[in-house]
Amino acid sequence: MKLASRTAALHAAILVVGLAAPFVFPAHSVQFAVFWIMVLFALTWDAMGGQMGYNSLGNIAFFGIGMYICAITQIGLVYDVGEYTAANGAVAIHFTDAQYFGGLALGTALAAVGATIMAAILSWVLAGIRGPYFAIGTLGVAIAAAELTAAWPWVGGGQGISMPVFPGAPGMRERFFYFACLAAAVACYLFFRWLYGTRFKLAVNAIRDDEDKAEALGLHTRRYKAVAWSSAAFFLGIAGALFGNMTGFVEPLETAYPTLTFGIFMIAMTLLGGKGTLWGPIIGATVFYVMRELTWTYLLGWQYIALGVLIIVTVVYFQQGILGWVKSRRPEWFGVKVEERGGPDSGKPRPAPAPKAVSA
Amino acid sequence: MVENLQILTGAPVFNVQLLLNGLSVGAIFALIAYGLGLVWGVTSVKNLSQGDMVMTGGFLAYEMNKHGVHPIVAIIPVAAIMFALGWLIYRIIIRRVIELDLFTSLLATFGMAIVIQQSLNLIFGPDVRTIKSGFDTLHLFGGQVDITQIRLIAIALCFLLAIAMVAFLRYSRMGQAIRATAQDPRAARVLGIDTDTVYALTFSLNAAICGAAGVLVAMVWVIAPFYGIGYSVRAFVIVTAAGLGNLPGVIVMALALGVIEQYSGFVLGAQFQQATVVSLLILILVFRQLSLLRSRRALQ
Repeated sequence: MKLASRTAALHAAILVVGLAAPFVFPAHSVQFAVFWIMVLFALTWDAMGGQMGYNSLGNIAFFGIGMYICAITQIGLVYDVGEYTAANGAVAIHFTDAQYFGGLALGTALAAVGATIMAAILSWVLAGIRGPYFAIGTLGVAIAAAELTAAWPWVGGGQGISMPVFPGAPGMRERFFYFACLAAAVACYLFFRWLYGTRFKLAVNAIRDDEDKAEALGLHTRRYKAVAWSSAAFFLGIAGALFGNMTGFVEPLETAYPTLTFGIFMIAMTLLGGKGTLWGPIIGATVFYVMRELTWTYLLGWQYIALGVLIIVTVVYFQQGILGWVKSRRPEWFGVKVEERGGPDSGKPRPAPAPKAVSA
Repeated sequence: MVENLQILTGAPVFNVQLLLNGLSVGAIFALIAYGLGLVWGVTSVKNLSQGDMVMTGGFLAYEMNKHGVHPIVAIIPVAAIMFALGWLIYRIIIRRVIELDLFTSLLATFGMAIVIQQSLNLIFGPDVRTIKSGFDTLHLFGGQVDITQIRLIAIALCFLLAIAMVAFLRYSRMGQAIRATAQDPRAARVLGIDTDTVYALTFSLNAAICGAAGVLVAMVWVIAPFYGIGYSVRAFVIVTAAGLGNLPGVIVMALALGVIEQYSGFVLGAQFQQATVVSLLILILVFRQLSLLRSRRALQ
């Protein structure tokens, strides 16, 4: 009971901070919004990489796909997409409020659905590949998506697309997208929290521990892989749609498919926080994002080197992540009972755990 | 696209041009992929910073060339420097990831790739460079096909290096130790082979090979700090398609990839060249998965 009330207090505190942030520091709204996107990145990556042991280097592809679907929907509702991109930003369309928000809502929904469908197709094609081949294959998907988008003039090619201008007062734009990103991250957290409470978590953990045995026990491993990847893609698509509008400019290599920045950030954040846990990615995202903002500010020019070094150090020397480290130090905080060595019970065999009813 | 195909069928000489270009870059790919396969086979580390090591070699030669060293002569000192660098990287990073799971090594070398490419960017700037080797261009078929002599020299050097490596692995005592470790590291350790030194030497040799390949890339083609990842992906395509420890397969695949890339660049347009390589990677992985699925069905 005590743990539950503590968790509720923690949730409430985070929500209050999240809601108050743009009013307390209005100048940094965009940075805070990107922070929530980072949390979403880490949570979605962990669903595959941490819980299921399928390390994808190319999840960023869904982010980019979502961004482009949303951009094309928003523009396509009021103008010819080909003409708009061919004009290279010279055409300025005036969006009415209804057009803008209607387009944004429809675009975000389509982005989520499109990314989900893409993930389902990809998992049908790729998810039979295991281990490092899966990582390399997904990296290939992300690079190919970027290259193909850059070579497709209808969606702006390498030139990119200028996004519609936000109607309304100057300060409102940042605030609006901040709350949109916050809502997306919270929805993502609640969804995965619910999902990890179901049988799903046991199944994907079984796949991580031994896929062949899981399959032999009758788990439809491909179906689980498809569901895990699609739900990650669903939220990544939403994040892409919001991020594209927040930046105001969509371009394949740096904004939509940044394999070397966001694509690798999501992995670094999850590993830093502790993969395979619900809170690990969130803690990792927080620590990583603060560090990133500091290095970006004070180590200009060196920031990517610092990032690479951070990845190497995390991976090579700090495998278990922050949460894993705390867990090994203070297991009682996580409700794990540690038997004292040499206690009265130490000689007796442990009572067998009650058999769990698992429906097949 | 259709016009380009018509050019190829209408003027067969163009095919010769594309083939020659493809084979000359393919020979360099073979060298890079061979190094990747060597490290992969012996240490089971998949080096994603392979292409960035190639670029490092190219930039070292570029710097030496500014001080009057001919690039072909520069291959030797560049390989030596890269060997030392490889040893250092092994001591700091690779040594600790060999025992861990495979994704760890992949991610650690990906981090290395970022560090190397950004360092090159900081030191040499983001521009695309090339080294003038000062050789003539040969005109074949009455001037319709041009090939620079340096390309032919590069092909020859690639094969010379490959032969030297194979001879080293087959006949020297250390080479035998490397092959023994690749087969079974535990048994090798039991028999008194210092596997740590073997791993270090393998990784350093790979770095030296990459350095030499980088000098050739700088002479035949261009180098830039961010072009490394393309070479890493190509090396992965080649090794994955050919299979580990299959040297003839690596050579054939590398030459084929070089030619395929030239053709797709010509027919579809230069912007699709990179996409072709990556699509090929995905295709090969899917194909491997299908053959694996078949064998699993057969087991049932």
